[in-house]
Amino acid sequence: MLELSMHILDIAQNSLAAGSTRVDIRIHEDLLDDLLTIEIQDNGWGISEDVLTKVMDPFYTSRTTRGVGLGLSLLKEATELCQGHLQIRSVEGQGTVVIARFRLDHFDRAPLGDMGETMGILIAGNPKVEFLYEHRVNDQTYILETWEMRKILGAIDLDDPLVIDFVRQDISLGLKVIGAATFPKTMEVLR
Amino acid sequence: MELRIGEKTTKVVVGMGTCGIAAGARPVMAAIKDELAKQGGEKVTVVQSGCAGFCEQEPLVDVFRPGEKKVTYGKVSPDKARKIVTEHILGGRMLPEFVFAQEK
Repeated sequence: MLELSMHILDIAQNSLAAGSTRVDIRIHEDLLDDLLTIEIQDNGWGISEDVLTKVMDPFYTSRTTRGVGLGLSLLKEATELCQGHLQIRSVEGQGTVVIARFRLDHFDRAPLGDMGETMGILIAGNPKVEFLYEHRVNDQTYILETWEMRKILGAIDLDDPLVIDFVRQDISLGLKVIGAATFPKTMEVLR
Repeated sequence: MELRIGEKTTKVVVGMGTCGIAAGARPVMAAIKDELAKQGGEKVTVVQSGCAGFCEQEPLVDVFRPGEKKVTYGKVSPDKARKIVTEHILGGRMLPEFVFAQEK
């Protein structure tokens, strides 16, 4: 995966496959501690304790189309490349939270990528699910909530193609305002 | 996902498993939605699916037109996706050069 936003889309697909009606995506850039945290929390049916010990194994999957399950293992690899780690907590019947931590300015930290496209596709592709996207840079926060979007868009349904553009523009502007970093600073110097 | 036989509207399925996303399914999905919006294809249903097992052919796009058999396009790029929308999904002319598999 080239971008962290693609990992986020992939992990959120797991949440949706687990019957979630609400998915919260929280990103926190802690400039002081040089830490990037990505949290994906859902209210799906959760993972049993037995399965939880195996989910990061690339040769374990609960699906039957193929014998590998790479989503979480790839994210784990992406965190470990830059002195981070991946943590998963789950309670059966209540939901799951995946927390990925990265060294924010590590040279090998993957760029965040297009969060607007990720959120646009998640929201427009799953109009009945409630999504929250919160992006915090130190004490500045950008928030996108589907229940607020419904109020703004009125008669326009969330699966309308216009919604993708709306979400993209809102996120692009919002992240600019709070000064979110796409690339690690060490990479910016080279670009 | 359930696909009902005899559906009256065209359905497009984009593979959005880990393999699909890693191969670029997200911009492909965005291009399909955008092109449909531009060309007035609001009645076309676009849905996502998981991994179909042909990961090396991702991004995969299935086209189900009413009364016609399923056509699967492989290694779809956003540009190819826009052509598929214009020619096949809305125009009814399959693009054999991009086809990975066809239902018999």
